[in-house]
Amino acid sequence: MTHGFEGADVKAGRLTSEQVAANFADLHPPLTRHEAAVAADRCYFCYDAPCMTACPTGIDIAMFIRQIAADNPSGAAKTIFDQNILGGMCARVCPTETLCEEACVREAAEGKPVEIGRLQRFATDHLMADGVHPYQPGVSTGRKIAVVGAGPAGLACAHRLALKGHAVTLFDAKPKPGGLNEYGIAAYKTPGGFAEAEVDFVLGIGNITLETGKALGRDISIDGLKWDYDAVFLGIGLGGVNALCVPGEDLSGVEDAVEFIAELRSAEDPSALAIGRRVVVIGGGMTAIDAAVQSKLLGAEDVTIVYRRGQESMNASLFEQDLAQTKGVAIKHWAKPVRVVCEGERRGVEFEYTRSGSGGLEGTGETFFVAADVVLKAIGQTLETPEGPATERGRIVVDAELRTSLDGVWAGGDCVAAGDDLTVTAVAQGRDAAESIHRALTA
Amino acid sequence: MADLRSDFVGIKSPNPFWLASAPPTDKEYNVVRAFEAGWGGVVWKTLGLDPHIVNVNGPRYGAVWGADRRLLGLNNIELITDRPLQTNLDEIKAVKRAWPDRAVVVSLMVPCEEVCWTEILKQVEDTGADGVELNFGCPHGMSERGMGSAVGQVPEYIEMVTRWCKQNTRMPVIVKLTPNITDIRYPARAAKKGGADAVSLINTVSSITSVNLDLMAPEPTIDGKGSHGGYCGPAVKPIALNMVAEIARDAEMAGLPISGIGGVTTWRDAAEFMALGAGNVQVCTAAMTYGFRIVTEMIDGLSRWMDGKGYARTSDFTGLATPNVTDWQYLNLNYVAKARIDQDLCIKCGRCHIVCEDTSHQAITATKDGARHFEVIDAECVACNLCVNVCPVEGCITMEQMPAGTVDPRTGRTVPAEYGNWTQHPNNPSSVAAE
Repeated sequence: MTHGFEGADVKAGRLTSEQVAANFADLHPPLTRHEAAVAADRCYFCYDAPCMTACPTGIDIAMFIRQIAADNPSGAAKTIFDQNILGGMCARVCPTETLCEEACVREAAEGKPVEIGRLQRFATDHLMADGVHPYQPGVSTGRKIAVVGAGPAGLACAHRLALKGHAVTLFDAKPKPGGLNEYGIAAYKTPGGFAEAEVDFVLGIGNITLETGKALGRDISIDGLKWDYDAVFLGIGLGGVNALCVPGEDLSGVEDAVEFIAELRSAEDPSALAIGRRVVVIGGGMTAIDAAVQSKLLGAEDVTIVYRRGQESMNASLFEQDLAQTKGVAIKHWAKPVRVVCEGERRGVEFEYTRSGSGGLEGTGETFFVAADVVLKAIGQTLETPEGPATERGRIVVDAELRTSLDGVWAGGDCVAAGDDLTVTAVAQGRDAAESIHRALTA
Repeated sequence: MADLRSDFVGIKSPNPFWLASAPPTDKEYNVVRAFEAGWGGVVWKTLGLDPHIVNVNGPRYGAVWGADRRLLGLNNIELITDRPLQTNLDEIKAVKRAWPDRAVVVSLMVPCEEVCWTEILKQVEDTGADGVELNFGCPHGMSERGMGSAVGQVPEYIEMVTRWCKQNTRMPVIVKLTPNITDIRYPARAAKKGGADAVSLINTVSSITSVNLDLMAPEPTIDGKGSHGGYCGPAVKPIALNMVAEIARDAEMAGLPISGIGGVTTWRDAAEFMALGAGNVQVCTAAMTYGFRIVTEMIDGLSRWMDGKGYARTSDFTGLATPNVTDWQYLNLNYVAKARIDQDLCIKCGRCHIVCEDTSHQAITATKDGARHFEVIDAECVACNLCVNVCPVEGCITMEQMPAGTVDPRTGRTVPAEYGNWTQHPNNPSSVAAE
């Protein structure tokens, strides 16, 4: 461990296991059958429904809600899974308030959209509880396809390929599949081991061989995969983390928010994690919110998010920002880190106020200090660029068919430039890449 | 404040809201609670001969629900009172004595033998009750024994029994009619011929509310079997309104008082029945859904509406809508309207478009200049009103009359100023020239 932050107030057990368990309960508890019936009844079954248009995976939302209203939740789930095999996770993590629910005509009418996300969860939970996978692999095409990365994009791609009759090998660098669903999302969004259960559900179609602990560039290579398989899909996400590029960044109290979240998600007992009394999170996206809120829920006393631009520029949705503030997280805008400080008992981060200048963001020269026992960096992730495919601004370049610059190699999810870092978009791209691969192999 | 006092065939009550003969009026306990809550009167649950009948010991009710499990229709297979006759008579007497200002009418159902009716009428008279209602309506159970709707479906029986009753009592006689017939005017006319002081309608509609697909049996299911019940509640109100209107506008029955029954749930329902000619209303399902306190809303709502309209007493508006109920052939075919969609209110759900496109006249757009936009195409619109009915936003789509002299783009014809109906239309083989 790098020197620094010794003596900082960082310890486990700030809250009891019971308190932590209560804090990490389901953010949106599941709807009961009656609640679902009432919520479903609010849907107008719109013509050419705007919610469906707003969904990156194009789920026939009006239809699945009608199926719930008609007491046919399994049929509703099938409608969802036909478009989005990770419909269960998307029901939990989609920023519905900026997608389907924002487009809902009842949002326009009364500011209270149909609860599409919770209804989707009701239906998908219902079918998944049956334990029977609703799809069969297609008649074998004799083709083998390598899918690299078992996150949302890779899972969606692998499932669709299996559905089409291809034999899929699904590689992942981590010991467990699931990608960000398993390692990168706040625990209260997916409690009860849901991410793991969902991977089992997706793989339940059969014809998908999972190989974990296989990292691209270390254990496997694109060239090798191209040799061994008929097509390759890269859904490798963003493995790297951006650096603050300020003095003191390498001090031991400075951690990656992504790492912190992954550690928490992997922990048997979260209350046993060492948590700082005062936590500063630097960044403005979902990861910053997830890290900050979870620190608070684990017993941190003061948690502050500092973001270099204004509120309107934050990548975290308004709902997420509200959630953070409700949980007691302070959000400070228009400030950038200047240096991480560790001088005796004075530990923390010195920030400089910023403003939007003619040449972009500029410092005002005025600084302030935020004391911290832990500093979490959440200023974005970067592609750990694989050998081969062309990249642009740190992301793999793909065409409308999700083909990379390499023949026989497709890509989707966070690692491509066309994405928006949403689970649902990754699923759509994985699925669409599978369709493209299928077209290419059966043409 | 409007005067809600009611005088129905000489029976006075502080308001026109009576509880219908049904489970809520089976016992003194219930009726006293109803009067404490403010109900103007009750029709006591139907009395029969001893030995008293028995009811099933399984479920008696089935239901049809709308959104949020709102009860839209109730179906029952409960028979008439299952308590000894004398018990009921004693309680009726006690209640009437304790509540002299409230209407207490007693419903009766005994076999079609004159002696049965004359004897029970005497016993009811002794209680001091205000009148009797002859139950010729219940479609379930008792009809299998030649009573209830089995009588109500045969006008000759209605006339016969009504006459017996009129000849054997000084009390007003109200005849309660079954809707399970083809034309309500025939039984109603029979009641009038028999001397009835009034008719009350509707009784319940023969029905099976649902089928249990696991048991493969109708609901409510008793030991694997079900029997048709009598349907009531908001779902039957349109049927009841029509039947009330049919009687109210029938020349042969002019002046025959009507007690309106069938899905009355709010003051507005009551006002509608009364506007069509009912002198008062009777309520059951609403009370069985929400309890007796709903009468507070009914009294207040009706009173405020009457104040707003300047009606001092209920008779001021009773029957005002009756003359406007007519036969289709007399509707003005020269009245031309077009649907109009208020774009400021439109929430762009597109339901108007898809129903018009799929099931009607292709008269509503889905897009305009490439954007989602719903607008009526006057050249196709026949003013059917379907879009108004399916629009979730009240007042967003309206039907606007085209002024006389303007050209209807659908037909190319100038809208005439004068009235013209089917009897005068050139396409009618038996039309007569307009005068």
